[in-house]
Amino acid sequence: MTYLAKSPWIIHYDASSCNGCDIEILACLTPMYDVERFGIINTGNPKHADIFVVTGSINEANREVIQNIYNQMSDPKVVVAVGICACSGGVFRECYNVAGGIDKLIPVDVYVPGCAARPESIIDGIVTALGVLEEKRNKHVRSPMVTDHGHTHHHRHAEGGAQ
Amino acid sequence: MSKQITIPFGPQHPVLPEPLHLDLVLEDEKVVDVIPTIGYVHRGLEKLVEKREYTEYVFIAERICGICSHIHGQTYVQGIEQIMGLEIPERAQYLRTIWSEYSRMHSHLLWLGLFADSMGFESVFMNSWRLREHILDDLEATTGGRVIQGVCKVGGVRKDISPEKLDEMVKGLRGIEHELQALMNVFLHDSSMQHRLKGIGVLSNDDAYYLGAVGPTARGSGIAIDLRETGYAAYGKINFKPVVEPDGDCYARCAVRAKELFTSIDIIEQCVKKIPDGPVDMKVTGAPDGEFLSRAEQPRGEVIHYIKGNGKKNLVRHRVRTPTFTNIPPLVTLLKGCELADVPVIVLSIDPCIGCAER
Repeated sequence: MTYLAKSPWIIHYDASSCNGCDIEILACLTPMYDVERFGIINTGNPKHADIFVVTGSINEANREVIQNIYNQMSDPKVVVAVGICACSGGVFRECYNVAGGIDKLIPVDVYVPGCAARPESIIDGIVTALGVLEEKRNKHVRSPMVTDHGHTHHHRHAEGGAQ
Repeated sequence: MSKQITIPFGPQHPVLPEPLHLDLVLEDEKVVDVIPTIGYVHRGLEKLVEKREYTEYVFIAERICGICSHIHGQTYVQGIEQIMGLEIPERAQYLRTIWSEYSRMHSHLLWLGLFADSMGFESVFMNSWRLREHILDDLEATTGGRVIQGVCKVGGVRKDISPEKLDEMVKGLRGIEHELQALMNVFLHDSSMQHRLKGIGVLSNDDAYYLGAVGPTARGSGIAIDLRETGYAAYGKINFKPVVEPDGDCYARCAVRAKELFTSIDIIEQCVKKIPDGPVDMKVTGAPDGEFLSRAEQPRGEVIHYIKGNGKKNLVRHRVRTPTFTNIPPLVTLLKGCELADVPVIVLSIDPCIGCAER
């Protein structure tokens, strides 16, 4: 196992999900799937987290919250979009208060489709994210500061970017 | 008088899987006022009726909430069937009832786990969710979906369950019953649980009534309202009594849900005994013309789907009033006067489902 893959911590935010994917993420932590045996812990503090797991799509009320959590996480960090709503908007893409997938706001590294995404695919997504995390660490990738005007505020060593 | 300070609680908070924002106004450790803000997960799905045909919209209705998904779908199709005057096959009614009770059990076990977690009982959280997987396995085996089943349709249900599987399901539930008993024993009799729950967040019978509490929040305050008693689906042919606790505190609301698990097993067993043979769906032609207020009992309380059609494939209006939304005014009352450290427990004691409430 690599250095970072030993105990990656995740932070979960429900953007505008129906709860279906959220309870499946929690199901991953509980005895049936038990990802905690790999040292994966669900934390509430963005500064503690390596992996940002987002469910649901973007709307006007949660834009700032998502940006805030993303900007507060320290590098290296990866974003996993769980469920079809987080990937593209899903069945709600035509709703007036749904702006689309999470990648319209922050750089997404792994997409986990499904409605609701199954625990197996969520675990697969997190494991894929670990590889991305390790790569980012080796390449010293600095993630951009995201604001409402897109990913403009790059850090000084932003060459390579997050995507 | 000491100085007042305001503490924001949420939308991203470790105890809440969902975004709910409360501004807590404190005087020292006492909460003196609470200002709730909602709207973080609003999607605006009611307006989608204009873009989806009424038969397709069942899928959207199910996705109002991923926890009570089956019952949302069922309430919606029951409304459509009432407008169109459809008498759906009896076997379909029984199957809907069985799946409803499975949904209730999975929701209550999920909540009991989260509730224990809010008090810091990690192992009880894990055990509740371990038992919940048994329920999800049965749901997946019979419908194909773990949390979103997609099994209701206008005119019946999509899948049938074989008699062998039905017997196996009841045996399975009776098999985990002693484990459920042991777990509920912790919730109801453990001394530290009682210390955290008894006398905390008391909602009086009057307050519960006048503030419009529904479901376990109301039944925990001694109000015996349970929409299942109106006899929709197959509930009219089943004997059961709503679980009511008089005290109105967090313990009472927890006890209501804990005891309802066993009521659900009883209902499922009665359904399996009484279920008739026959088809599970019928052909549906035409489109709904008229309006109907469809009501059902969700794990969190009474849900209302208002449906209005004008004889075209697309409905004119769909409006949902969810149990969590009506339980927010009682929640604000509950929180006033409590200590800051009790806020997570009290917030969770109404079983907030923000996905439902904001849609």
